[in-house]
Amino acid sequence: MSSEAQHVALSLQDHLPVLQVLIPFLAGPLIVLLGSRTLAWPVAFIASFAAFVCSGLLLSQVMNGGFISYHIGGWAPPLGIEYRVDAANALVLLLISGISTVVLPFAKPSVADEIPQRHHTLFYATFMLCLTGLLGVVITGDAFNVFVFLEISSLSTYVLVAKGASKDRRALSAAYDYLIMGTIGATFFVIGLGLLYMATGTLNMADMADRIAALGTNRTVQAGFAFIIIGMGLKAAMFPLHHWLPNAYNYAPSAVTAFLAATATKAAIYVMLRFMFSVFQPDFVLDMGATWIIGLLAVIAMFVASFIAVFQNNFKRMLAYSSIAQIGYMLLGISMFNLNGLTATMVHLFNHGITKAALFMAVGALVLRTGTTFYDRIAGMGRVMPFTGAAVVVGGLSLIGVPGTAGFISKWVLVQAAFDNGWWWMALAIMASSLLAVIYVWRIVEALYLHAPNPEAEHQEAPLMMLGPIWIMAGACVWFGFDTELTLGTARTAAEALLAGSAGMAEIPTAAMH
Amino acid sequence: MEFILGHLNYWFVIVLMMTGLYIVISRGNLVKKIVGLNVFQVSVFMLYISIGKVTGGTAPIFPTDLQGKIQIDPTIVYSNPLPHVLILTAIVVGIATTSLGLALIVRIREEYNTIEEQDILDQDAATAHAENLAHGDAMGGRA
Repeated sequence: MSSEAQHVALSLQDHLPVLQVLIPFLAGPLIVLLGSRTLAWPVAFIASFAAFVCSGLLLSQVMNGGFISYHIGGWAPPLGIEYRVDAANALVLLLISGISTVVLPFAKPSVADEIPQRHHTLFYATFMLCLTGLLGVVITGDAFNVFVFLEISSLSTYVLVAKGASKDRRALSAAYDYLIMGTIGATFFVIGLGLLYMATGTLNMADMADRIAALGTNRTVQAGFAFIIIGMGLKAAMFPLHHWLPNAYNYAPSAVTAFLAATATKAAIYVMLRFMFSVFQPDFVLDMGATWIIGLLAVIAMFVASFIAVFQNNFKRMLAYSSIAQIGYMLLGISMFNLNGLTATMVHLFNHGITKAALFMAVGALVLRTGTTFYDRIAGMGRVMPFTGAAVVVGGLSLIGVPGTAGFISKWVLVQAAFDNGWWWMALAIMASSLLAVIYVWRIVEALYLHAPNPEAEHQEAPLMMLGPIWIMAGACVWFGFDTELTLGTARTAAEALLAGSAGMAEIPTAAMH
Repeated sequence: MEFILGHLNYWFVIVLMMTGLYIVISRGNLVKKIVGLNVFQVSVFMLYISIGKVTGGTAPIFPTDLQGKIQIDPTIVYSNPLPHVLILTAIVVGIATTSLGLALIVRIREEYNTIEEQDILDQDAATAHAENLAHGDAMGGRA
């Protein structure tokens, strides 16, 4: 316990894990204190970009295995709070900060259109807090810290969703529903943590993993596991717990939906993975039968949510239901319980993030010109907005999983995983649900191109400030369909570490910092 | 009997937890739902504080002598202070959630002129129905 005061000169590089969270965390209050409408956006963008650079540097250090352990305030774990970066969470960090950096330029014209001017400063401050929370949830190695960051991100998310109220009052009831469900989910998570603390007496994830391994299983640990999975399942919109998602995504401002759809549920899936594999042992998860339950719910989600998406008459709501189906694929990867399955989960987490960001931003561009997202109102807009329309097509193809797009890579690995288990029927099910995606994507393509343009809409291409971000994401969908080194390589490293269970947590860190 | 009395605080936790969750689910009044959520969260606070109790333990404060030097007596058993600290954080989170929920209710009342869930659902359903009629393909809506 006697920690000798080590005053080694640390470079900025060594503090990257904490800077990752600290920069957006300080940017939020700074925006409020400056109180300037003109400065709010630049501050938010610079902070988000700095966080993106941090996560890029972190990923480059851990891409090939190993991890970085950062001790907050110099207090060594397990007593102190530890930030722990490995391949699994570095990829998610890159996704979250990257999406935020791309969405912010898009947000500027979109927010100016959709949110009253007097709320702009606070909007960007809340956005920064949401980013902080999501990054914190992913980077931390302390179980209770996960809860605190989870609530920071959730509370700011409720506010961001409610900001859609100036366009449609249903944003308020959607935000309220989300608040109730989200809080129940977070409280379930804390109950689970309490039970684990009762059994192990520690909050550090790696330490907890060691003690659970030594302790063997008992009823308290099992109950804790169930509470944590259900709590996180609510946050991740796991199939029967998804009720909050369609309304929240539909009525939130376009920029918020683009950011949340690409990041919030992904962070929850990551936490689920981390707890299932690193804190509890893979064997423990198998004994609990969790894989069967999750796998069954995932398959139902793939079909039911896709089926509902087919019958929507609203582009944004259709994408929301498609998100629930896509989360089904990620959960299916977990339930396969082999290397390819977990790789598919990690890769799909990333690829679906960029795909949905591209699509929801394109929705935002359509909202700017037509005012709504109903199919009959955006009809024919693909002809007058060729670049936006083309981005919808690229994103849609990636959603289906057509070769040459990012979505294909994740589905390919997922099908491989099904064959690894000898589940050929599961491979068929994945194909069949992709066919449903063909139908709902075709419906939007048909609406955008095969009708005369809606005469009431403004016939003009979206501004460059929007097109740029949309095409960065649409381009990424194609890029990561060919160059899979970053995504697939990192995901495989992450999956190997996760499957190793607590052994994956106990390696010698590549760098320990105080 | 010993099983019940020995775990009395845990029984309270379970009763409170179920009461809170039941209120959230069954009540139609938005404010009552928030109150139920609070009861639910408070039960978790009690759970954590119960964990911190060590049999025969005293308050975890090291006594000091007149010079202010800490006197550590290894024979004294202390209660575990960590759960209390965690719950301080959770209480703050609970207050933030409650205030945000109430703020949302104020805005909901401004827009809908009611805080009864059923009325809000009816109004939303009417809006959705009108939209579906206006925008064709009336297969969508809630599911």
